[in-house]
Amino acid sequence: MKTIEELMAIRESAKKKMTVREDTGDDNIRVVVGMATCGIAAGARPVLNAFVDEIEKRGIKGVTVSQTGCIGMCQYEPIVEVLEPGKEKVTYVKMTPEKAVRVVNDHIVNGNPIVDYTVGVATK
Amino acid sequence: MRELSLNVLDIAQNSIAAAASCIRIEVLENSAAHTLTIGIHDDGKGMTEEQVQKVLDPFYTTRTTRKVGMGVPLFKMAAEQTGGSFTISSKVGVGTHVEAVFKTDSVDFTPLGDMPSTVVTLISMNTDRDFLYRHQVDDKEFTLSTGELRSILGDVPLSEPEVVQWIREYVKENTELLYGGVQV
Repeated sequence: MKTIEELMAIRESAKKKMTVREDTGDDNIRVVVGMATCGIAAGARPVLNAFVDEIEKRGIKGVTVSQTGCIGMCQYEPIVEVLEPGKEKVTYVKMTPEKAVRVVNDHIVNGNPIVDYTVGVATK
Repeated sequence: MRELSLNVLDIAQNSIAAAASCIRIEVLENSAAHTLTIGIHDDGKGMTEEQVQKVLDPFYTTRTTRKVGMGVPLFKMAAEQTGGSFTISSKVGVGTHVEAVFKTDSVDFTPLGDMPSTVVTLISMNTDRDFLYRHQVDDKEFTLSTGELRSILGDVPLSEPEVVQWIREYVKENTELLYGGVQV
């Protein structure tokens, strides 16, 4: 069972790490998941969780996962945008947890966007 | 929506959009009465009488990216199709209360689903807000307050991956206990 004592221990270990990490702010990669009614209904919650889990499992630093509202392409939800500083935004559509894991590995870790999952291919 | 926990996630987004600083989510299950009551209460900017009427209309939305707003109507439908009820009340500058009662013995009852996932998603994606979560199953109860977690964590943010992981396990384990140790 998880206990409050454990949370206190996490606090102590996290405090030490935080001082090291603070200066990585600006070159963060941002993963933004659409979480409006359309996104949620299409399965955005497991997609968001898959990103968070995979990033944590691999111990990847400098990536933040956040949520946004509807961007007006409800039929392509779940939609995920990957924003890398100095690069063009990549918009992935009809995402699944399995695709999310691939995006983390191929795009975020290795720097190769998966063209097949992007909005450009889907709307052709 | 495939499960009610997704409706909760969706309705709570409205509270976040309404600049609520504290969002209270209550899930009350009464197996003798065959009812499930879900309440989402916020201290956001609130709505006028007229706006409250309008949110029940799927063709009303405050957003500009699309012309429909299905969140509240879908939640209302999910409750009413079981023979339950739905109420929404709001006051400008005070906040909004949404409450839905479901008859769990109806064939049209949508399962509650993965509430821990909804709670953790809300907390970890909105660390600038406070959440009060209460889940009651008959005489058993689990409560979680991000305010309390914050006071334990001090300077360490709720968004810290290890903290999120702890919250996820903590909510999941305690929710399972509500159902007598059955996996949710």
